[in-house]
Amino acid sequence: MAESHGEAKGTASAHTEADGGHGFPPFSKETFPSQIVSLVIAFVALYVIVSRVALPKVGAVIDARQKAIDGDLADAQRLKDESEAAMKAYETELATARARAQAIGAETRDKLAASSDAERKALEDSLAAKLAAAEKSIATTRATAMSNVRGIASDAASAIVQQLTGKAPAAKTVEAAVDASLKGTA
Amino acid sequence: MIDPIHQFHLNKIFTIGHIGNQEIAFTNSSAYMLLAVVLIAVMMLAAGRALVPGRFQSVVELSYEFVANTIRTSAGSHGMTFFPLVFSLFMFIFVSNIVGIIPYTFTVSSHIIVTFALALLVFLTVIIYGFYKNGLKFFKLFVPSGIPAVILPLVVVIEIISFFSRPISHSVRLFANMLAGHVTLKVFASFVTMLGALGFVGKVGALLPLGLTVALTGLELMVAFLQAYVFTILTCIYLNDAIHPGH
Repeated sequence: MAESHGEAKGTASAHTEADGGHGFPPFSKETFPSQIVSLVIAFVALYVIVSRVALPKVGAVIDARQKAIDGDLADAQRLKDESEAAMKAYETELATARARAQAIGAETRDKLAASSDAERKALEDSLAAKLAAAEKSIATTRATAMSNVRGIASDAASAIVQQLTGKAPAAKTVEAAVDASLKGTA
Repeated sequence: MIDPIHQFHLNKIFTIGHIGNQEIAFTNSSAYMLLAVVLIAVMMLAAGRALVPGRFQSVVELSYEFVANTIRTSAGSHGMTFFPLVFSLFMFIFVSNIVGIIPYTFTVSSHIIVTFALALLVFLTVIIYGFYKNGLKFFKLFVPSGIPAVILPLVVVIEIISFFSRPISHSVRLFANMLAGHVTLKVFASFVTMLGALGFVGKVGALLPLGLTVALTGLELMVAFLQAYVFTILTCIYLNDAIHPGH
């Protein structure tokens, strides 16, 4: 800072100092009008430049940036919503498909179970019928066999009696004896 | 010793005209005022419009946002009406203060008439806008609510005095800070040259004031910003009174 305006004065010696070089410069009243006029001109110029050109320009740039950021954020949000919606749709679809698959599976299983039940029933019925027939034939066979046994026994008994006594017993007597003995053993 | 007051002298460069008998001169002060205007205009208009700002554009946008936020926080969103005025004041004072720190330059705000004119501009803006916006309700400014009736006259007197002393405190604060800072800088800087002229021992001794001058320059840089900011925030607070006169 040293020699600041000494030099300026040296190079421009033709300039006279406005305050005459005495007193305390900030308080020398004779310089006030000049300073006020200069300040008014400078400040009005500055105000006009700032309010008409500079601030609208910088403000527009800042606004544009804010808008761009907001727009980008809105886009990002929109895309996120879209992807979420797609995800949800996919999940619903998946759930529907799964439900349908389950339904088809259950239906198939039921159908198969029903048909196998029916087959089993038919088989059981036929087996039961066969069993009944078999039992019936056994009973018949047994009855026949039993009646044959009676004939054989009475024949044998009359033959034995004929051998022992020499004369044939009366058929009625033999049959009654055989019946009584069959009754006793059976 | 070098005159520390010399840096505040006004040197006439040419005569603009006369008002009555008073000569209106274009002085070194006028030149530095115009320099500040040109610097601000160039800075603001040369800044780019990129979506992602570069360094230079960032500085411009930072100053825009800084002043805008200062107004919004202290005068509300309605205070943005005065954005161009407050921005002009801040940038004008800030740029002149910063330019003034460069050696061999002149500091516009080290003259009380300049700071007083700016403070008066704010003061008159507050009064005119206050009455225009609020009519007679603007007088509520002097009558704080919730004050007991007994001491109310005293409070009103104090409020009126404090209101009318605003332009003085507003202007003297800036002026005195810039003046005192520059005088201190000049005094310490002149110690360097005085001691430096005393031979080797003097040159070694001159290191101390040299270091102090460097440190003070850093301090003055801070003061240059801080005083511009203080002037701006006080402007916002005063404008807030014009917008919302009820306490």
